[in-house]
Amino acid sequence: MRDRGETIRNGAIQLLLAVNAVIMVYPLFVMVTSSFKTNAEIFSSPLSLPTHFSTANLEKVWTETNFVRYLANSVGITAASVALILLFSTLAGYAIARYRFRLSSLVLMFFLSGMTVPLKLAIIPLFIQLDTLGLVDSYLGLVLVYVAMGIPSAVFIMTGFLRTLPRELEESARMDGASELRIMWSIMLPLARPALVIVAIQNAVPIWNDFFFPLVLITSDNLKTLPQGLTVFVGEFTTDWGVLFTGLTLAALPITLLYIVLSKQFISGITQGAVK
Amino acid sequence: MTDGWRHSEGPFAWRRSLWLAALLTPALVVMVLFVLWPLLSAFRFAFYEFNGLRPSGFIGLENFRQVLFEKPYSDWTWNALKHNVIAFLALMLFENGTAFLIAFALLKALPGHRVHQVIVFLPVVLSAVIVGFLWKLFLHPLFGLVNQLLGLVGIGAIPWLGNENTALGSILFANIWHWLGFPTLVLLAGMQRISKDVLEAARLDGAGDYALMTKIVWPLIAPSVTIVTILTFIGSFNWFEIPYVMAGLTGSPGGSTDVLGLYFYRTAFGSTTTGIQDFGQGSALAVLMFILVAGVTAIALRYLRRREIEQ
Repeated sequence: MRDRGETIRNGAIQLLLAVNAVIMVYPLFVMVTSSFKTNAEIFSSPLSLPTHFSTANLEKVWTETNFVRYLANSVGITAASVALILLFSTLAGYAIARYRFRLSSLVLMFFLSGMTVPLKLAIIPLFIQLDTLGLVDSYLGLVLVYVAMGIPSAVFIMTGFLRTLPRELEESARMDGASELRIMWSIMLPLARPALVIVAIQNAVPIWNDFFFPLVLITSDNLKTLPQGLTVFVGEFTTDWGVLFTGLTLAALPITLLYIVLSKQFISGITQGAVK
Repeated sequence: MTDGWRHSEGPFAWRRSLWLAALLTPALVVMVLFVLWPLLSAFRFAFYEFNGLRPSGFIGLENFRQVLFEKPYSDWTWNALKHNVIAFLALMLFENGTAFLIAFALLKALPGHRVHQVIVFLPVVLSAVIVGFLWKLFLHPLFGLVNQLLGLVGIGAIPWLGNENTALGSILFANIWHWLGFPTLVLLAGMQRISKDVLEAARLDGAGDYALMTKIVWPLIAPSVTIVTILTFIGSFNWFEIPYVMAGLTGSPGGSTDVLGLYFYRTAFGSTTTGIQDFGQGSALAVLMFILVAGVTAIALRYLRRREIEQ
């Protein structure tokens, strides 16, 4: 009896998970298959699979829109922002974690308090600040905002991780007369790779997906990021659903593939901070 | 915690200071220029009248009075705030409620649970813009996937986003689809920290799944519930992308999906229809939103933490 009850319960659980999986995946499946359909096919038989795999939509997106440009902009802006976040926060975290100096805890406090600030709400002064510096509607302005947003939690993670590294390595290198720069660069930082990966993913995903800051800060079509470009694109092709689904599929593709390969790192990177 | 330069006082002390300054300066400069200064200015600007991009004169609490008490601004503010509150309550109930159930199902670690974890989290990594547009197409009254599926069981075409009664709910549904994986995996992580002995002991005492869920798991994941609640609150009051994409800048139809984020954006950067922008009023709104979120978060943290200790 007990075994049978257990089987029923487990069956119910599997059913719940299966229904949820369908709700999560089916819309994405329809998005992908619709991108191979013609408009007429989507409207007349939205639920069926495409009768033949037409790449006409793909060609249209590639040649008639600025899509490739938006994609390249997103790659460049995300890469530059993440690189600078890693560099700046590792340096600062290294100073706080590995040296004793008078203002050390105050400096750490300053960085940590930045974690509680919703920078979106400071967008007006931020906009004015960037305007004064001539950085509105430029890559650099957007990148600096992302770097500022990423530094606090990155410093927090890097400081925490760098503190756990053993002293002995550092000491013996010092005995051998290695410079501080060399100790940091060739001995300590290679050990910090796991933390660097977490920080990179934690920042890359929201920056890649961000819409708010480009919306406010970028106006030239040639500088627009992918999420922002999508709104332009949707405005142009309102009734051409085949092209719209293709654009959405292409926009979702890079991060989805990366997520499937690195799902563990993605999940721990994004939920980091909420699961302590 | 000492470092190797502790014997290098005197002639080498300045080199050490220089090294530390070099390490800290880049991060500090960025933070001061693009976080600290804008944030302090945000509070100051709320008390100024603006002429274009520059503050032109101190006007005390006038901006606050306008957005809170002067029509039509006050109507817009309260209308938007109401929708933020509805969003928070709906997300707590439907998103986090579902997340709790799925997390509990995943806790059992039945075959395939890892695949289900990856699947439930998949939409989380997508941009809200993609999710918003996708569901906007799916919710189209005639050709959308949702009504096509409902048509199969004989339910007539519903104008989900075109009707004031269903628009906000539809947008919330898209938001739940987008974010469900986040609370699910946060709550799951909390559940996995419960010691196996406790669960085992309860099982031996004859506790069924329901009793286990309500009497053991729920109280013991209080810290995770606290975090999910706070993050849902912050998310609900900063809500912007999905409403913007699905309902437009004015929260159509008829302001039935307007939220503070949209109203703030319209005020500060001008709506496409009116083109009027007011940095003073916008700053006042930002300050009010900040105080609301920070204040409620602080109070809720104290209350929820106490609940954690009592349990």
